[in-house]
Amino acid sequence: MTSIDYNAFRDEVRDFLATSYPASKRELNQRQAGMFAEPELGQWWQRTLHARGWGAPSWPVEYGGTGWDAVQKHIFMSECTAANTPSFAVQGLAMVAPVVMKFGTQAQKDFFLPGILSGELYFCQGFSEPGSGSDLASLRTSAVREGDDYLVNGSKIWTTHAHFANWIFLLVRTSTEGKPQQGITFLLAPMSTPGISVRPIISISGEHELNQTFYDNARIPIANRIGDENKGWDVAKYLLEFERGGAYAPSAQGMLEAAKKIAAQQPGDDCATLWDDPQFQRKTAELEIDMLAQAATEHRVMTALAGGNNPGDIVASMLKLSGTALQQAASELCVEALGDYALADQRQSLHLSSNIPPIGPDYAARPVAKFLNLRACTIYGGSSEVQHNIVARAAMGLK
Amino acid sequence: METPLSDDQRMIRDSVAGYLRDRYDDAERRRIIDSEAGWSAPHWQAFAGELGLLGAGFAEAAGGLGGGAAEHALILEEFGSALVVEPYLSTAVIAGGFLKASTAAAAPQLIADAIAGTAIFAYAAGEPNARSNPAHVETRAECRGANYVIDGQKAVVLGAVGATHLIVVARTSGGDRDPEGISLFVVDANSPGITRRDYRTISGGPASDITFTGVTVPASALLVPEGTALPLIERVVDEATALLCAEANGVMRRLHGDTLAYTSQREQFGKPLASFQVLQHRMVDMLVAMEHSQSITARAIELLDADPAERARAVSAAKVYVGKSLRYIGQQAIQLHGGMGMTDELAVGFFFKRAIEIERQFGSVEYHLTRYTRLANAPAAIAA
Repeated sequence: MTSIDYNAFRDEVRDFLATSYPASKRELNQRQAGMFAEPELGQWWQRTLHARGWGAPSWPVEYGGTGWDAVQKHIFMSECTAANTPSFAVQGLAMVAPVVMKFGTQAQKDFFLPGILSGELYFCQGFSEPGSGSDLASLRTSAVREGDDYLVNGSKIWTTHAHFANWIFLLVRTSTEGKPQQGITFLLAPMSTPGISVRPIISISGEHELNQTFYDNARIPIANRIGDENKGWDVAKYLLEFERGGAYAPSAQGMLEAAKKIAAQQPGDDCATLWDDPQFQRKTAELEIDMLAQAATEHRVMTALAGGNNPGDIVASMLKLSGTALQQAASELCVEALGDYALADQRQSLHLSSNIPPIGPDYAARPVAKFLNLRACTIYGGSSEVQHNIVARAAMGLK
Repeated sequence: METPLSDDQRMIRDSVAGYLRDRYDDAERRRIIDSEAGWSAPHWQAFAGELGLLGAGFAEAAGGLGGGAAEHALILEEFGSALVVEPYLSTAVIAGGFLKASTAAAAPQLIADAIAGTAIFAYAAGEPNARSNPAHVETRAECRGANYVIDGQKAVVLGAVGATHLIVVARTSGGDRDPEGISLFVVDANSPGITRRDYRTISGGPASDITFTGVTVPASALLVPEGTALPLIERVVDEATALLCAEANGVMRRLHGDTLAYTSQREQFGKPLASFQVLQHRMVDMLVAMEHSQSITARAIELLDADPAERARAVSAAKVYVGKSLRYIGQQAIQLHGGMGMTDELAVGFFFKRAIEIERQFGSVEYHLTRYTRLANAPAAIAA
């Protein structure tokens, strides 16, 4: 067995980032405060990674993965976080792709996986409905068979980037019999399907990232169904495991580092810079320790996965509970470091096509919008309240 | 819990609350912040004329109603519950506080104009190179003959857009953080040499970064004798901070009320969200934080006339407690609204953003905790 030279690997990643992620793009990314990068930047990054063969480090090699071990993946993610690369298009790469791999037909794998990997297919997610949030299984958007198609009617909400995406993955109701979970089906549809329309929803950060989508007799081929009819809940559960199973510590640590950098440039009250303030340093240290604990648990989970053990959705829930709280705390520290400039609405300088300079220093552009957007991370993908219930029931047998 | 009020006080509160309910609802507020100016002159005129609010804190002899901080607090709490953007705090409380203490010849006329609604003030104190320490002033005012020439930068000045006058903190001598050598000027907002970058705050109100380049004002623009302003600034900013806490109490009242209403009406798992015990407990904790915020604010307002150390300690205590409550209640209000809380389609997001602003104005929790610690552990305080 040959051992991997991790130092050499880290150098290789750094070289790649230094040459393939130029300063001009870094500057653009400073204007991104959303959950996902605008596709003009985000999909450029996906194409760049793909060209290097690194488009999907978490995928199995047979579908185009890198074949890295857990340590290499961790090194890669840490270096990307340190270089502040654009956020990944997780809806395709980390949500729909694993589902296609597990439940899809060969034809579906052949069509969707290469397109997601190259960045050509850009997915959005149609799960929640205006009346079905935490209680997702109560969803009512209906799909009725007609010939080779389903006729879909209803509405989905919180459809992030629906106005950019060319595909959507949907949960629809194909049966009202039995338990609500038993009549749900998982479909993929091109956003260009006649009968699908999009309404923007402006976020509290002032940005347009969210949408409501409407389905008015939209014809979706039965061939685009993933898994069996009425078995979509199992598919969705598998997908949400992936949504939750991710790593929270790297992005939280990235924001903590950003807070330190801001503090080093901001004036202090009784000292030259805010970073010289022992209270601020102490607060930073306390948060850093919480992150070390989170990162250590994430590492334990990664090791278990690498050893072929599935730690299960209880662990995914626990990681999400503490990980999202840490992300919010780290983003709050960036806002705190800004001082009075935290009051300024920076939305006009926060998109790729803007040439309006931020109000105050350059580093003041992003933190508040990021903080506001991150309030959603304890709401989406199963709110923290729902995660508490999952852990209480599944880990401790409480009802 | 109701706080006992005098008949006059109840009349002020009810007339303000009635006006805001009838004429300054969420839709009207949205119209105002979406307008070019970002504030409303007609409402300001109504505050001055129809409601007679702008004289609440001035003596009857000066044309006011003879009230004080308690009356300001009633007004600002109602303003907080409607997110009023017009510059009451900077005009009636801050400029009012300085003008009442001023030795300037122009002060009585400026007070009369403020009461009439024709003089509107913004407080230009904060600077890009300073945090919350009021003695940290880098803007300079140099005496040249009968004039002063002001040069420097002011950051995040609220309400400068509609202001007729700026109250400018500038250094006439000493080093950047020297408590001595700080002066206060009243400056015509349209003076040559003043340039503004106007923008909005996250909750939608108007704000500006202001550059002073060789702005020349007569010596009569000094509000108090040259170089002696810091103790007055500390007193007036303490009063403004306590009254900002009163505004915060109005903001929190709406955050809690809207959350209770939303969770009572929104159903998941076949019943209202508010029927889930975990959410009930959360809303109880929000309510407790809100009630304590009311109490510690009232306490700070009562102690505004105490000696400076006791006053400062009471105000910092209130700002710390209220700041933490704003954070908790604001964040939980969004969490309990779920996805809807993340949109700007409901009012709750604007209240949350105003909460974030107030948490920082006149110093964050961290700043006031440090200030409180210093005051509480000063030798005199321990001896007492």
